[in-house]
Amino acid sequence: MTTAISLPTAAAQDNPYALSHLDALEAEAVHIFREVAGEFENPVILFSGGKDSIVMLHLALKAFAPASVPFALLHVDTGHNFPEVLAYRDRTVTEHGLRLHVASVQEFIDSGRLRERPDGTRNPLQTVPLLDAIESNRFDAVFGGGRRDEEKARAKERVFSLRDEFGAWDPRRQRPELWSLYNGRHAPGEHVRVFPLSNWTELDVWQYIEREKIELPEIYYAHERDVFQRNGMWLTAGEWGGPKEGETPERRLVRYRTVGDMSCTGAVDSDADTIDAVIAEIAASRLTERGATRADDKMSEAAMEDRKREGYF
Amino acid sequence: MTSTTQADSLTASELAATSLLRFATAGSVDDGKSTLVGRLLHDSKSVLADQLEAVEHASRKRGQEAPDLALLTDGLRAEREQGITIDVAYRYFATPRRRFILADTPGHVQYTRNMVTGASTAELAVVLVDARNGVVEQTRRHAAVAALLRVPHVVLAVNKMDLVDYAEPVFAAIAEEFGAYAASLGVRDVTAIPISALAGDNVVEPSANMDWYGGPTLLEHLETVPVGSDPSEEPARFPVQYVIRPQSAEHPDYRGYAGQLASGVLRTGDQVTVLPAGITTTVAGIDVLGEERDIAWAPQSVTVRLAEDIDISRGDLIAAGPAPEPTQDVVATVAHLAERPLRVGDKVLLKHTTRTVRAIVKDIPYAISVDTLEQVERPGSLNVNDLGRVVLRTAEPLALDDYRSNRRTGSFLLIDQADGTTLTAGMAGEAF
Repeated sequence: MTTAISLPTAAAQDNPYALSHLDALEAEAVHIFREVAGEFENPVILFSGGKDSIVMLHLALKAFAPASVPFALLHVDTGHNFPEVLAYRDRTVTEHGLRLHVASVQEFIDSGRLRERPDGTRNPLQTVPLLDAIESNRFDAVFGGGRRDEEKARAKERVFSLRDEFGAWDPRRQRPELWSLYNGRHAPGEHVRVFPLSNWTELDVWQYIEREKIELPEIYYAHERDVFQRNGMWLTAGEWGGPKEGETPERRLVRYRTVGDMSCTGAVDSDADTIDAVIAEIAASRLTERGATRADDKMSEAAMEDRKREGYF
Repeated sequence: MTSTTQADSLTASELAATSLLRFATAGSVDDGKSTLVGRLLHDSKSVLADQLEAVEHASRKRGQEAPDLALLTDGLRAEREQGITIDVAYRYFATPRRRFILADTPGHVQYTRNMVTGASTAELAVVLVDARNGVVEQTRRHAAVAALLRVPHVVLAVNKMDLVDYAEPVFAAIAEEFGAYAASLGVRDVTAIPISALAGDNVVEPSANMDWYGGPTLLEHLETVPVGSDPSEEPARFPVQYVIRPQSAEHPDYRGYAGQLASGVLRTGDQVTVLPAGITTTVAGIDVLGEERDIAWAPQSVTVRLAEDIDISRGDLIAAGPAPEPTQDVVATVAHLAERPLRVGDKVLLKHTTRTVRAIVKDIPYAISVDTLEQVERPGSLNVNDLGRVVLRTAEPLALDDYRSNRRTGSFLLIDQADGTTLTAGMAGEAF
């Protein structure tokens, strides 16, 4: 075997078998779905109607074709959802003959098991109904659309992330994850969160949506909407508690980069009304999607880390 | 995240056609690794305004005037409070030519475990040295881990060239010493690049201070190094993950084996052997995520249909070309990852590709010092971060390849039967 210290040469060899980065990411995600199908009894896909969960479902449909997806869907409904997104969810469930479980934040508030926060934000309230649904349905693997590029607490998340009987994540006691060997062993009462999109970035997700011609809820594309400003973000006026006094609604051309609870998910000014325009906008963007559109992550430097420890998505 | 400067002018389809490089960085505490990673992210325009703002804010709080690029790679609150990095962090950046996944491995605490983890999926490892110190013990350790994990390409980044007056002889001597050491470990491709992460020389932009260096910058090298091996030169290996049987009106008799090609090329009509049973049959068809094709190659995820109706389930290996002989006696080089030691006599689970079997540790012939590569005979047990040689007996036969010829079908994990802890990373065959 000869080794020579070489100065690098500029031209890379063309390899006819090279995969594009989207093909490589797709192959990895499909492998993850199939590992879970092979090793777990009762997996479920968290499905919010947001683009990441839509891409997850699309990958699952491809992974098991021509058979149907061997998992149910679970939606944690904050009660403040965009109507366009709920309609999309229901269409999708019918089209693919899927089973849908809904965990309702509103029901937990109505029965006194959860209390509304003073700021009206319901994203942090999702953890309790989520964990309740996991426990009562005995889900042992829960697919989430979280990506490591989203946030620094997510950058250290595993693809297979063990949660204890309280649903808690302990970043210091994670299993090392090597090669593509995922360790899904867990005790009764524990479950594993699985993140097939771990290695995708926001741009990858959009490029994949474009390539696969995946339909999204229309609020992802530029449209006119009555919004008002709070904490530097454009929020949609609505029953959930806005605008308050001193906040003036106005009609603007906006789109959503993420889809979550209406109370803390902001729209961005945009005229990107096609997929190509959205990709061009993201490629040129100077803000991360969470920084631009999520009030819940602006609360403190470690907001996501704290919520993840408690069992959040 | 992507580079905005050049990406703006590219169309969506051009952006989507780039390849993916997974690489790892390793360096000891003061080699400037965090600064280098911060520089790569910052200068490739992958750092977005809100992230930079957060770093500026944190730097001011600590009384620093300039934004500390090292803070860009800072992770969890637990780490910030202790000023250390606990874990491998994954970073994402892109240029118009390539998408990058960087496994950023800390140099100090639990160094071997983290670097082994980061290197296991890497196609390239950047080993950082301080030009003033040259090759030190940690450099040898990083080279040894990269060699052990069979990372195909190694880059020696000789950092802090600004502190040695950008002197070529300093660089040349370090490059030569490292090259000789890496060669003795069996590393095939080593590239040395003189840089200053702090000043930005040869990281993204070419240095104006080192005319004597004619090669590309670190980023240019990362953009052009060949990705992946040539599957047409490897025997096909296809671990079965899941059996797809729709049993629907449309597909009453469909039976496909779902998996990801670990190596090689499969074509319709190929003769294959199903292991460990040893049954031979032919490929009747290949479905690539719902579309029928007559060829597939690593690392595609596909579904394979076979000509004969034979009993195949998760854990079996469909192999073409020279096939491994299934065995219950596994000899391997291992890296021990868990706090609890691995002892002779331990009963464990062994996870190899899609197959998990019971196994017993029959012998630990020696431990390997990762710094000197000396062997310590019969240590009795391996502790966290130890490398060693292990002899295992498994309850069922495994179709293992030699790790040197196949990273995916030559690797395995040992798992605690009781609580599921990942104990040990194993590589079948000789170490170096």
